[in-house]
Amino acid sequence: MPTSSLVMFEEEFKQITVVIDRLLKEANAKVVFLVDKDGQLIAASGETGDIDTTSLASLTAGNIAATGGLAKLIGEKEFSILFHEGEKDNLHISIVAQRVILVVIFDQRSSLGLVRLRVKKAGDELNVIVQKLLQRVEKKPAVQENLLAEISDSDIDKLFH
Amino acid sequence: MSFINYSSREINCKIVYYGPGLCGKTTNLSFIFKKTNPEHRGKMISLATETERTLFFDFLPLSLGDIKGFKTRFHLYTVPGQIFYDASRKLILKGVDGIVFVADSQIERMDANIESFENMKINLKEQGYDLAAIPYVIQYNKRDLANVAPVPELKKVLNINGAPDFEAVAATGVGVFETLKAEGVSTECRV
Repeated sequence: MPTSSLVMFEEEFKQITVVIDRLLKEANAKVVFLVDKDGQLIAASGETGDIDTTSLASLTAGNIAATGGLAKLIGEKEFSILFHEGEKDNLHISIVAQRVILVVIFDQRSSLGLVRLRVKKAGDELNVIVQKLLQRVEKKPAVQENLLAEISDSDIDKLFH
Repeated sequence: MSFINYSSREINCKIVYYGPGLCGKTTNLSFIFKKTNPEHRGKMISLATETERTLFFDFLPLSLGDIKGFKTRFHLYTVPGQIFYDASRKLILKGVDGIVFVADSQIERMDANIESFENMKINLKEQGYDLAAIPYVIQYNKRDLANVAPVPELKKVLNINGAPDFEAVAATGVGVFETLKAEGVSTECRV
């Protein structure tokens, strides 16, 4: 069955922001992102000004989806960590709670070893928060339904004018 | 699936353009990109081959305004239409909120349309979705060409469920926004 829609509440958003802010500092990273597996940006921390965060989220999800497809072809469930090395900046991508993707961008001020170590700790913390969030969404789907039920055709009409 | 963020007050929806190879999915997105105010759209990303055939997907984020105090964003994706990219098509359907099926109106592409539509149903089913439960619209594209099948015939074959459908010429933009708007309505109201 498809996974249910992701809903983010204030409380969990704050908790997530605390964790990724700390990861940014402890890993000496430039930017840290949390992205939904469907390509939606959940939270970001660091020097995000020059980065097209929406495109980054979409391509990261595409990347994870493609490597997940590769993993299945060779009998693996998924590849939980991806690493892309550039001339200056590097990307460390990992899957958290099988549902969200943690992306860390870092340069020569940090190292892969440090990033991996810090990501593991932050990943465990994020896992707890995301699991709690998913349980909350499962229990209270009515919150989302109410919001969407209130949207009328004329609301959408206005968007397209 | 849709992503609602109560903290940043955002609703995000994923809309996928599906259809046979060379039916005009990328052309739809390119026209939307060209005609949308830069303030309301992000970059269009095309993961294409050197011959400009879609290899993985095209992506265009649109941020059209607020509904009930929530910023409403549509993330538009296309799938690669060529038959052998089926594995990629399946991946892109993950988390879909609404579908635009773009049909090629040319008589000789009728079989390709049917094959693509059936392929879409199979791929949705593999992901645990049922087409009947997903908001979708159909676009009969390339209506400006001489060798097109009559619309009633296309409807009979591709739209037995009576989904909203539109005639279009994506290259010049005819019907492109009408299709997107109808899909936006269906998606937001049924997500």
